[in-house]
Amino acid sequence: MSTHTLSVLVENKPGVLARVAGLFSRRGFNIESLAVGPTEHPDVSRMTIVVAVDELPLEQVTKQLNKLVNVIKIVELEPSSAVQRELLLVKVRADATVRSQVLETVQLFRAKVVDVSPEALTIEATGTADKIEALRRMLEPYGVREMVQSGMVAIGRGPRSITATAVR
Amino acid sequence: MTSATSRPAAKPGAPKPGAEAKTGDGSAPANRPKPAPPSGAPVRVTGAQSLVRSLEAVGCEVVFGIPGGTILPAYDPLLDSTKVRHVLVRHEQGAGHAATGYAQATGKVGVCMATSGPGATNLVTPLADANMDSVPVVAITGQQTRALIGTDAFQEADICGITLPITKHNFLVTDPAEIPRTIAEAFHLASTGRPGPVLVDIPKDVLQETTSFSWPPEIHLPGYRPTTRPHGKQVREAAKLIASARRPVLYVGGGVIKAQAAAELRKLAELTNIPVVTTLMARGAFPDSHPQHLGMPGMHGSVAAVGCLQRSDLIIALGARFDDRVTGKLSSFAPDAQVVHADIDPAEISKNRKADVPIVGDCKEIITELITAVQAEHERGGANGGADLTAWWAQINSWRETFPAGYEWPSDGTLSPQYVIERIGQLVGPDAIYTAGVGQHQMWAAQFVKYEKPMTWINSGGLGTMGFAVPAAMGAKFGMPDKQVWAIDGDGCFQMTNQELATCAIEGAPIKVAVINNGNLGMVRQWQNLFYSERYSNTDLGTHKHRIPDFTLLAEALGCAGLRCETRDQVDTVIKRALEINDRPVVIDFVVGKDAQVWPMVAAGTGNDEIMAARGIRPLFDEDEI
Repeated sequence: MSTHTLSVLVENKPGVLARVAGLFSRRGFNIESLAVGPTEHPDVSRMTIVVAVDELPLEQVTKQLNKLVNVIKIVELEPSSAVQRELLLVKVRADATVRSQVLETVQLFRAKVVDVSPEALTIEATGTADKIEALRRMLEPYGVREMVQSGMVAIGRGPRSITATAVR
Repeated sequence: MTSATSRPAAKPGAPKPGAEAKTGDGSAPANRPKPAPPSGAPVRVTGAQSLVRSLEAVGCEVVFGIPGGTILPAYDPLLDSTKVRHVLVRHEQGAGHAATGYAQATGKVGVCMATSGPGATNLVTPLADANMDSVPVVAITGQQTRALIGTDAFQEADICGITLPITKHNFLVTDPAEIPRTIAEAFHLASTGRPGPVLVDIPKDVLQETTSFSWPPEIHLPGYRPTTRPHGKQVREAAKLIASARRPVLYVGGGVIKAQAAAELRKLAELTNIPVVTTLMARGAFPDSHPQHLGMPGMHGSVAAVGCLQRSDLIIALGARFDDRVTGKLSSFAPDAQVVHADIDPAEISKNRKADVPIVGDCKEIITELITAVQAEHERGGANGGADLTAWWAQINSWRETFPAGYEWPSDGTLSPQYVIERIGQLVGPDAIYTAGVGQHQMWAAQFVKYEKPMTWINSGGLGTMGFAVPAAMGAKFGMPDKQVWAIDGDGCFQMTNQELATCAIEGAPIKVAVINNGNLGMVRQWQNLFYSERYSNTDLGTHKHRIPDFTLLAEALGCAGLRCETRDQVDTVIKRALEINDRPVVIDFVVGKDAQVWPMVAAGTGNDEIMAARGIRPLFDEDEI
């Protein structure tokens, strides 16, 4: 099994997320990560869906998704030709004794401190899944009090746009 | 009593676009803001009037339904419509299956209507049924007023959420101005591409609000572009395989009937001399009397049809989906075959069996282009054209001769159900429409009635919905009032939906119902006999033992003629008697033996090589070498 990133352009209408999510569950496909947001076209939303499936089931996923009337276009983004990012917000225990070490880690990962209190720091980081995972591992020994992570979003490299031909 | 044939028939054909709008009161403000300015001048109407006008404009002739609280506004203008006839059914499930029967008999979109909550949820089974069998149906449901949605209001059900996985698409209309467009889109979605059911849910206050109506609306479905034209290269690739295969078979599914491609299929089959098998959904797509026809494949298919697929070197699948009931255990299905898979739904291709040559498109166009491409191949190949199929046909004919379709008379002297069904087919003929429920009687109706024409066999194939026969026959009769419509039903099925006979009697649909009454849930009993050590748990309905219900009395109570037949010598007489009664529906209680079984059979989960022609008789394809 391998991981695939699908960019799915959908009509910006109520219930579309339920249609897509329902399709995955009833056909027995697992979603590893899902992110939804607006695009440059107000009528179109974009979902980035990460699935772990073999080549043949992936073809079925894509075809079944395409059958949904509200799905406009599906593109698989290869990691080598796309920028993939996740967002992490993490609250780490950091009193005076370890704060400087935590801040050093934050700098190493080119992350940002977005909130400070005497006992804890809240750190914001974006990056690939690998980078986020590495940062999390580095911060764990200090004590992670709370964390939240977004699904992956991705965009193809180069000048071409997947929305330009799909939306007219 | 009026018969359906003597009723003023609803006028077929869609009215001219725009004609509707001009008949309004003319006081429409022309400057009302609308998302897409329509070409017809808008007129002021209520949402409900807009709905009925949209149904008229889209060509809907019959609506099967039951009114109730939230759909009430729609029923008021329906009373005045001269184009749309409403048939008041007894249960919403009946409305749904009637719409399906209507659609399957006519090729048009079937329409059903129900109120919110329980009315809508009663449509769930027929919608799931239509979805599995790709039947164009539009369901219109009332919904609680917009402000009450989500509050668990009286008779509120999230029917869009509920039917999400069992419809091709569904809509919740929140703006009355969107009604014409939504209805046009619903009919377009239901009837094009791979057909299927579409549900339109309309809140009561949307139906009551004043809005403007104009026709035609602009359809906006950016994510819906079904492919109908096949790819030329794929067609040529397929033709090459067809021309060179030594053991080819045409595996024909319901898509050929939906695409109205029976004539093209016959031409292709005769051009290539390739044997044809027709699935449960495709019975009638190719004449049963044709010498190239081997009958139905699958769990209860003929030995020749199953053997032919199993030993083929090329399967040409046309509008079929390699269902588990056809393939048996998938890993051992047709091990030597290459596959040409033609279907309008790309998701069907390589879903179960990998296709070597996939062709996406409408079956009529695909077969037409295949004919041309195969002819070109033949010309290239010289005078003989195509491969020599003599050995293949010799093998097939030996299967046909050794294992012909047949049945044995029960040893206990009871009436043979197969005989009854066979005689109905022979006496009523291939011009009639036959519907069936689900179970033994359905399989026998598929095996022993001889179908010569498409759209004469209507059954619940994918979902296997017991109780389908009577309401589907009713719908078919409204669609084809001049045709004989026979529901071949079981006593179990009949007790699920016979209330629609009241509808048939009152609304003038003189259908015939042949209840193949073996007093049991026969197919389940057969499995208990074969796989559960003859332990008959809860399959005896007591219909024989107690004669409860008495089907002839029940028929009379529902306004039908009730006949009974218990012996072989009565069979022809009673069928002829039924054919003479045309002023009301007829129910015949055929009291048959309970031990008859459906053969041949490929047991669930086993491979097609393990087909049993009859109990204890296994053809053993692996020993046949050609």
